[in-house]
Amino acid sequence: MTAPAETPTARLVVHRTGREEASRYEVPYTPGQSVLDGLRYVRANLDPSLAIRHSCINANTCKECMIRIDGTVGYACTARLEPREMELRPLPNKTGLRDLVTEIGPPDERLDHAVARSGGGGRED
Amino acid sequence: MAEPLVELETDVLVVGSGAAGMAAALSAAEAGARVLLADRSLVGRSGATVMAQMTVAVALGSEQPDHWEHHLADTIAAGRGLCDADLAEIVCREGPEEIRRLDGWKVGWARHEDGRIRQAQAPGHDRPRCVYVDFLSTGPAVAKTLRGRVLRQETVTRVGDLYVADLPVRDGTVRGAVGFSMADGRPVAIAAGAVVLATGGLTRLYRRNSASANMGGDGHALALRAGAELMDMEFVQFFPIGHLAPRLVGMDPIMWDPFRYKLGGRLLNAEGREFVNDYGNEEGAVYNVTRDKATHAILSEVQAGRGSPAGGAFLSFEHVPEARLREAFGPVIDRLAKNGIDLTRMAVEVAPIAHYHMGGVRVDAAMETRVPGLFVAGETVAGANGANRLSGNAITEALVFGRRAGESAARRAEAAGRARPAGSETLELIRGSSPAAELNLAGAIAELQALMAEQVGPFRTAEGLEQALAGIAALRRALGERPPGAPGPYDLGRLDWFDLRSMLLVAEAVTTAALARRESRGAHQRDDFPLMDDAAWRLHQTLSLKDGALALGRAPVQAPRAADIEEVA
Repeated sequence: MTAPAETPTARLVVHRTGREEASRYEVPYTPGQSVLDGLRYVRANLDPSLAIRHSCINANTCKECMIRIDGTVGYACTARLEPREMELRPLPNKTGLRDLVTEIGPPDERLDHAVARSGGGGRED
Repeated sequence: MAEPLVELETDVLVVGSGAAGMAAALSAAEAGARVLLADRSLVGRSGATVMAQMTVAVALGSEQPDHWEHHLADTIAAGRGLCDADLAEIVCREGPEEIRRLDGWKVGWARHEDGRIRQAQAPGHDRPRCVYVDFLSTGPAVAKTLRGRVLRQETVTRVGDLYVADLPVRDGTVRGAVGFSMADGRPVAIAAGAVVLATGGLTRLYRRNSASANMGGDGHALALRAGAELMDMEFVQFFPIGHLAPRLVGMDPIMWDPFRYKLGGRLLNAEGREFVNDYGNEEGAVYNVTRDKATHAILSEVQAGRGSPAGGAFLSFEHVPEARLREAFGPVIDRLAKNGIDLTRMAVEVAPIAHYHMGGVRVDAAMETRVPGLFVAGETVAGANGANRLSGNAITEALVFGRRAGESAARRAEAAGRARPAGSETLELIRGSSPAAELNLAGAIAELQALMAEQVGPFRTAEGLEQALAGIAALRRALGERPPGAPGPYDLGRLDWFDLRSMLLVAEAVTTAALARRESRGAHQRDDFPLMDDAAWRLHQTLSLKDGALALGRAPVQAPRAADIEEVA
């Protein structure tokens, strides 16, 4: 499903960790929208498999939605969606988990760290 | 090949790491417990706390003399006869200590030049009572301060990106949790002597909401399935002046409130006229109409055809001199300019937005549910706020209930001894593989949000609520019995399935309670029963699962002591 031709659209080209080819999405454009709005539209209407991460929606307080937008690192929730082609990529210096999602949690807040602290994770009788 | 099960063991498991979860982790650790603090997102940065830009109500008396009993009287009056007076008293009585504790940890409460902590007047309060950190930084400052303290606690282990799917129960007692790692899909089983749910509210059920995307009622669903009772589920607070238009990015939609009190922002209809007092309110120079009444006034005006173009009301600061605007808004005025908003020349549009949920899990004064070993903290707790929460009470409640829940859980875990793993059928769902989803589950979540906003929002009718129940049932059939795909890294399709499973259960609880309550009270407004009916309905409704289906019950309201009643009158 794409938006009717007469509506201006943002054309998102998303380079996804784990996939060779970029995915291309056409999103109806309304002035003032954020890139995150566009990505949420994609998930709900075009491609629910697209992985993005965000916790707050557009308050810019959770700081989770950082990606590369047209080559520049920024927050998807504060970058404006524009009625043109926009290229989105995951952060360059983080381990890619899936699509635009990278490992951004501190090392000592990951599961393996907790397992090590919990005594190796084995059953104790 | 199925991923091996990751097993963890702890004394106290805290689920959720907003202010309530972090406060619980800290107090449990101080009481000697080993704590696992888990969050489905980043530790200390998800949930509602970081979104709370505003004020924290507490009877410090630093502006003028105050006493927690006055705070309690205002809380109970705002609650429209449904506050559990014991829980409300705990919040008001213990609030000052928590605010001073944060002050000692250098949270940065705004101060006068002589050193006194500043307290602002907010609607529903009889005097200035709300502390804050300047320029919309209150929630982030609280979260950052608590996180700093958690980091210093050697006995608290933090785990982010861990989704908790169920709480195994053995011999009637909660034994821990099962879930999966978002980062790689590995199944996880946690053995715990006690569990604290601090997952926040359920505002994600609504299309327009002011909370985080991860607040879809996880804790409510976990508690129900573990055998606990929910209470007051019909009371969803809509924040009256959530930002509507022009589109703002990088700002919390509820940001206008403190400026409205401080500067006297005028709420206008399409005719440019102030209208709040047309609905039986008596708002003068000081804006003091509570949230339920302001929401009612704005939406009534929209229904009467006098709303703003985007479907709300206008909020105007055009009468305020530019220098005063600059002084009050500080750096915020530049962020507004970036969004094309010049308050000296234009009004913005605002409308009610789902903000908070008064209902939640039913607990006793120790924050324990009827299921031994299961504790609750923060917004997930039912009762302290009745049918309408007083402005500024949410962070207070998070801190106070968090501390209590952590202490209680530590005691319970100590009595329980070393935790042993317990099995759960949900692990099969977590580990299993299924065909890809036919339904767009992200779209289905959006459909549920639209349904709830339209039929279970601030105005309700029996017909609309019946339609909502039918829509929820249809979505549940479409959801199916198993999550799509196979475990893997950051699989949002699978997460959407687990989320929708919980959201549908919790949405049904809200709608069922709303349909049964044939009156209007606080945040629950029935067009077909417009009056408050104390004789029939001054009571709590409870919900629990019986043979997999929701069952409604009733419970009496814990009345305030005589002294408090005098204050209210």
